[in-house]
Amino acid sequence: MKILVAIKRVVDHNVRIRVRPDGTGVETQGVRMSMNPFCKHAVEAAVQLGDAGHADEIVVVSVGPKAANDVILTALAMGAHRGILVETDAELETLAVAKLLAKIVAEENPDIVLLGKQAVDDDSNHVGQMLAALTGRPQATFASEIKVVGQGLEVTREIDTGRETIAIPLPAIVTADLRLNTPRNAALPMVMKARSKPLAVRPAAEFSVDLAPRLQVEKISPPAERVAGKTVGSVSDLAAFIAGEVSQMEAL
Amino acid sequence: MSVLLVADHDLGQLSPATARIVHAAAQLGPIDLLVIGENGDKIAEQAAKLAGVHKVLLAQELSFTDSDLALLETLAQRYQYVIQSAGSVGRDRIPALAARLDLMPVTDVIEILGPNRFVRPIYAGNALQTITDPQAKHILTIRASAFPAAKSDNTAPIETLGDTTASVARLIATHRTEGDTPDLATAQIVVGGGIALGSAENFQLVEKLAKKLGAAIGATRAAVDAGYAPNDWQVGQTGKIIAPDLYIAIGISGALQHLAGIQGAKRIVAINNDPEAPLVKLADAALIGDLFEIVPQLIDELDKAGVSR
Ligand SMILES: Cc1cc2nc3c(=O)[nH]c(=O)nc-3n(C[C@H](O)[C@H](O)[C@H](O)COP(=O)(O)OP(=O)(O)OC[C@H]3O[C@@H](n4cnc5c(N)ncnc54)[C@H](O)[C@@H]3O)c2cc1C
Ligand SMILES: Cc1cc2nc3c(=O)[nH]c(=O)nc-3n(C[C@H](O)[C@H](O)[C@H](O)COP(=O)(O)OP(=O)(O)OC[C@H]3O[C@@H](n4cnc5c(N)ncnc54)[C@H](O)[C@@H]3O)c2cc1C
Repeated sequence: MKILVAIKRVVDHNVRIRVRPDGTGVETQGVRMSMNPFCKHAVEAAVQLGDAGHADEIVVVSVGPKAANDVILTALAMGAHRGILVETDAELETLAVAKLLAKIVAEENPDIVLLGKQAVDDDSNHVGQMLAALTGRPQATFASEIKVVGQGLEVTREIDTGRETIAIPLPAIVTADLRLNTPRNAALPMVMKARSKPLAVRPAAEFSVDLAPRLQVEKISPPAERVAGKTVGSVSDLAAFIAGEVSQMEAL
Repeated sequence: MSVLLVADHDLGQLSPATARIVHAAAQLGPIDLLVIGENGDKIAEQAAKLAGVHKVLLAQELSFTDSDLALLETLAQRYQYVIQSAGSVGRDRIPALAARLDLMPVTDVIEILGPNRFVRPIYAGNALQTITDPQAKHILTIRASAFPAAKSDNTAPIETLGDTTASVARLIATHRTEGDTPDLATAQIVVGGGIALGSAENFQLVEKLAKKLGAAIGATRAAVDAGYAPNDWQVGQTGKIIAPDLYIAIGISGALQHLAGIQGAKRIVAINNDPEAPLVKLADAALIGDLFEIVPQLIDELDKAGVSR
């Protein structure tokens, strides 16, 4: 089987972001960037499926600027075989990303496409579902377990009421949740080896996809600040605070 | 302007989130509320009572991503808006529907500024995006926690839809969290526990306090990963978004991914032995000390004060 994994370069999840005072966006200059954590789980899942003999080729693709090569190299060091950078400096909407990925799916014809369930910058949680819709493949989102069973997959999904396990035929699209696995840290020899693995850079314009944004972002603003915290001195003070809140609720 | 709103339901009951989405969407136009589910009659009856609902559409079929999409794609032609809550079903279907219609969706809406102007959080709620959607149709998910519930004083007609589509997917098993605690996403009080509880057994301390207050139970990712609490209790960027009147956080540090889920909480109480924990810094009332001493005493004190719900 062949697995395609879509990965995104984002502001590192440990960075406390700052909204630009002019409302144009979030400061990304000079900020530490890394692979979106959910994408790491997707890459790890692909490598584990490979280790279990279910995949003979793992291809990773990222849509983004030249610098996104970093995250492709990280994925190659984790065990993926080949990388594709669809290069663009434009800030693409999820629909445009999904359309570009659909072109790659048409070229590569993978049996499984793995994605993160959301990217921690825009938190959209769109691309996997859109890709499924555009390619007409079944989707299993928010996966915490993936099993290859016969000609299909059994995927356990994390949902609002707990978990559910569904069976879907291949080829299929799966998006990874955080409890799917523990992503490996690539050892130094793997990092060295990654540099010699094939990495194709393709300009986004090559795919004749309409990349123009559909939505207009008027402004990006910081959320309302909470007032600074207060401490209470004893359990009875705390109980009194809670009792006060509860009686206010009952009064309404 | 007409709105097609997809109802959320569970175990044959309309989910409390739906009343809130109806309230939010009512300002956009008359609402046709779609219920997809086998034996959906009772859910449809509950849906018909919500103020702002023009008509309930009932599709008596098993709800699956692909079959729901086929239905929604056909119905969407007649509406200016297709909307669902930003719960796990809406998050699964709505972006796929938008892509099929070649539209860009606007998801996790927390404020409606006008017919095509919306506010949504990004970067785990550390920034807010104000968006204008100039497309002919608007495909939205709305966060229930950001809106009050519609009243239940309506008697809208119920129309049953014909033809159903079969899914290629098959449900093999569901793993539910048993219990009768209130719905986390819409609860008035939430008691949350962190990794500091130390075991699933100790986590019952959180559950005991929650029970006393008639509260829903939340947990951090660390606590869920450790197996102290089920995944559907996780609150945060990748879990549920809550906006209770009162959130009581026990042994929770307040990592930014957790804070992303509780920004809408009106009052926050923190119990933590570290005065420097981020959550302590923004709590309306924080008590510094060992949770294993404090929480049992707190339950006693609340008993003495006659607090119970
Ligand atoms: C350099 C740069 C800076 C940007 N800055 C901003 C900004 O400051 N503010 C803003 O609002 N938008 C910004 N954008 C646009 C934003 O990144 C897009 O909206 C984004 O591509 C899609 O949203 P998402 O990542 O939340 O998608 P999601 O649907 O949450 O992503 C889910 C999954 O889809 C896959 N995926 C998503 N994007 C890509 C990709 N590019 N390549 C490969 N796989 C992908 C991954 O597997 C990911 O885990 C920027 C884009 C770029 C390239
Ligand atoms: C991509 C991504 C997404 C994430 N999504 C989420 C999410 O949705 N929700 C979420 O919660 N997390 C999420 N996380 C994890 C998050 O970063 C934190 O790791 C997690 O929230 C920490 O949980 P905690 O507060 O239980 O543990 P800790 O941070 O370890 O805090 C434990 C706290 O308990 C206190 N304590 C210890 N012992 C006692 C005692 N005896 N009495 C009183 N206090 C005590 C400590 O002082 C400390 O403040 C995510 C992380 C990533 C990378």
